Amino acid sequence: MNNKKDALVEVNNLQTHFFLDEGTVRAVDGADFVIHRGETLGVVGESGCGKSVTARSILNIVPKPGKTVGGEILYHRRKSDGIEMLDLTQLPSQSDKMRSIRGAEISMIFQEPMTSLSPVHTIGNQIVEAIRLHRPVSKDEAEELAVEVLDLVGMPLPKRTVTQYAHELSGGMRQRAMIAMALSCHPSLLIADEPTTALDVTTEAQILRLMRQLQDELGMAIMFITHNLGVIAQMTENVVVMYMGKVVEQADVDTIFYHPQHPYTQALLQSIPRLGQKTARRGAGQSRLASIRGMVPDPYALPQGCAFHPRCNQMVAGECDLREPQMVEVAPGHRVRCLACAGV
Amino acid sequence: MTEALKNTTSATVTKNPILLEVKDLKKHFPIKKGFLISKVVGHVKAVDGVNFFIREQETLGLVGESGCGKTTTGRLILRAYEPTAGEVWFNDQQMGRVNVPDLDKHQLKMLRQNMQMIFQDPYSSLNPRMTLLQIVGEPLLVNGIAKGGELQDRVAELLRVVGLRPEYMTRYPHAFSGGQRQRIGVARALALNPQLVVCDEPVSALDVSIQAQTLNLLQDLQEQFGLTYLFVSHDLSVVEHISDRIAVMYVGKLVEAATTDALFQRPLHPYTEALLSAVPKPDPRLRTEPIVLPGDVADPANPPSGCYFHPRCRYAVDRCKTEEPVLRELEPEHFVSCHRAEELQLVGVLGKVAA
Repeated sequence: MNNKKDALVEVNNLQTHFFLDEGTVRAVDGADFVIHRGETLGVVGESGCGKSVTARSILNIVPKPGKTVGGEILYHRRKSDGIEMLDLTQLPSQSDKMRSIRGAEISMIFQEPMTSLSPVHTIGNQIVEAIRLHRPVSKDEAEELAVEVLDLVGMPLPKRTVTQYAHELSGGMRQRAMIAMALSCHPSLLIADEPTTALDVTTEAQILRLMRQLQDELGMAIMFITHNLGVIAQMTENVVVMYMGKVVEQADVDTIFYHPQHPYTQALLQSIPRLGQKTARRGAGQSRLASIRGMVPDPYALPQGCAFHPRCNQMVAGECDLREPQMVEVAPGHRVRCLACAGV
Repeated sequence: MTEALKNTTSATVTKNPILLEVKDLKKHFPIKKGFLISKVVGHVKAVDGVNFFIREQETLGLVGESGCGKTTTGRLILRAYEPTAGEVWFNDQQMGRVNVPDLDKHQLKMLRQNMQMIFQDPYSSLNPRMTLLQIVGEPLLVNGIAKGGELQDRVAELLRVVGLRPEYMTRYPHAFSGGQRQRIGVARALALNPQLVVCDEPVSALDVSIQAQTLNLLQDLQEQFGLTYLFVSHDLSVVEHISDRIAVMYVGKLVEAATTDALFQRPLHPYTEALLSAVPKPDPRLRTEPIVLPGDVADPANPPSGCYFHPRCRYAVDRCKTEEPVLRELEPEHFVSCHRAEELQLVGVLGKVAA
C-alpha cells in the first residue's frame, strides 16, 4: 500500500518496572519496535508479558508503583513546518504537551468498554468533553461532531445515542462508542488493547470490520494488542511477539505464521486449536494439542539467561540458561531474540 | 468400562447408549417490578424448549453467544436451577434412569455424585480459606465416602491425576496460577467418580498455552475414566477440537445439532454458518470477509416473532417472520430448526463443498 513508510513511533529498549514491596517487577524490560504511519502493528503475548504496560508507557499513563526507567519512545509529531521529534518518556505525565498528545494524536481503546466509559455521563457528554479538550470548537459544534463520529462508527441512531448512558447500550455498541471517542480528534495512532476480547464472535466480526474500514478512511496507524492469534492474522501487517517483558520476535505477519524462528512463537502457534483443522483431517481420531510445558515464570524470580529456557524444547544447556540472548536480525525486517536462532 | 452397545454406522462413530436426554427444557426467569408489592411484568426466556441427548463417554459441545442460555442449560441439568418445564432423563449408575426435575432432596444428593461441574473462573470458584485437601476432599467427606487418612490418600491420588503434586495439599488456592487452579477444580469434580461432567467454559479464562494443557488433561481424563462431558463454550475452535457432537443455541433455543464433522462441513442453519465465518482464522493468507450479522442478539425477554433469528438472517423470507420453526431431523443425527434448511446451500468451515 504505502511503500514509503515513515516511522510514527519508535520504541527503543523501553524499560518499565513496577516497584512493589515484594520486589521489582520488570513488566517491560527491553522492548524495541517501530510503528509506521498508517500500518497495523500486532502485539501478541500471554497475560503478564507486558503488552498492555508497553501501550500505557507510550501514553505515559503507567499506574503508580510503575515507572519507565529506561529507553526512549520517539514520537514523530507532524506539524505544519515539518516533523518534530518528541521523546515521550521525557515528558511529565501531566504536562500540557503530553496532554495535548494523549487522547488526541495518540488515543486508546480498552478491553472492557463498561469500565472505561463513565456510567453517570451520557455518551454524548463524554465525546464532547474529549473534543473540546483538544479542539477549539464551541459546545454546539462539538455536539455536532459527536453525532458525526458516532455515525462514522456505524451507530444506528447516533442522534439518540448521544443522549444515552453506557448501560443502555449493548456490548458491541459500547465498544463502538469507545472507538468513536478515541477517533473524535483524528489520532495518528490508535492503540487498541484487546478491543474485542470481551465480545461475542459475531460482534467481534462487526468491530474488526469497522476498524479496518476506519483505517482505510482515516489512515491512522493501529497498535493492536491481543492474545488472539486469529485476530492478529486477520488484522495486522507486522507482528511483535512478547514474552516476560521482552520482544522475542518481530516480523511481518506472513513470516510470523509461516516461518516463525523463536521457539516460543512456534510453540504458541502449535498450541492453539484452529477452526476447521480437525474437520479437514477427519477420521484421524482424537487429536492432542502441542502444549507448552510448565507455566509463565514468577515475575519476581525470572530465570537466568533466556526467560523462556525452562519451557523451551530447543534449549541448549550451558548457553540458554546462562547467557541472555540479544535481538538478532535473521532476515530483513525479521528479528529474533534467541541464542539457538542466532547460531544458525 | 461398560458393555457399550456398539453398532457402527455410516459415520465412523461408535454409538454408545444415551446417558442424558433433555426434552423440551425451559427456564423462564420472572422480571419483577415494584417495591413492597412486586408484580411479575414479564419473563426472560433464558432457556425455551431445548432438546438434545448425550451418549456415554462422548463430548457434546454446547455453543452460542453470551445470553443464549447455554450456561443456564448446564445448570438446569444439574438442577442448580429449578426448571420451569421439561424433562432431563439421566441414566444414573445407582438409581437407573431418572427424571432429574422429579427427584427429591435425598435422590438429588445421590444424583450429584454422578454429575459434577467445572466452572469458568478458577479464581472465584475456589474458596480462598480452604486448603486443597479441604476443597478436593469436601465431596468425599460430605457424601461419607472417605475420611481421615483415607481421605488424604484419595485427595493425593486425585491431585496426581490432574498433574499437581500431592505435597500441595496443605496449601491455599492463592498460591496457584490460573491453570493450576483450574486443575484443582477438575480434581474436585472428579472426586466422586462422576458419570457426567458439565464443563462451563473451563478454558475461557486461561492463556493460550495453559488452555492447550487443560484441554489435553480433559481429554486424557475422559479416556482414563470413561467420562461424559457437556462442554459449554463460546469458542468454536475449542469446541471443534474437543467435541464429538455439537449443539448450537440462539436466544434460548437449539438451532442446530449434529456431529462435529457434519456441523462444520455442512451447516444447515444460517446462524451456524455466520458463527463459523465470524471466527478470525489464525492464518494471514486466509483473509476472508466474514458474514457480518446486522444488529444485536435478540432480547430473550422480548424475542422477535417467528424465527428468533430472522431479523439478522440474510436468507429470511416472509414465512420466517410469522411461523416459528421446529427442530427436526433433516439428515440422520443432524437436527436443525430452519424453514429453508433443505434449499439453502450454506458454506462450512472448509469453504464451498462441491454439491
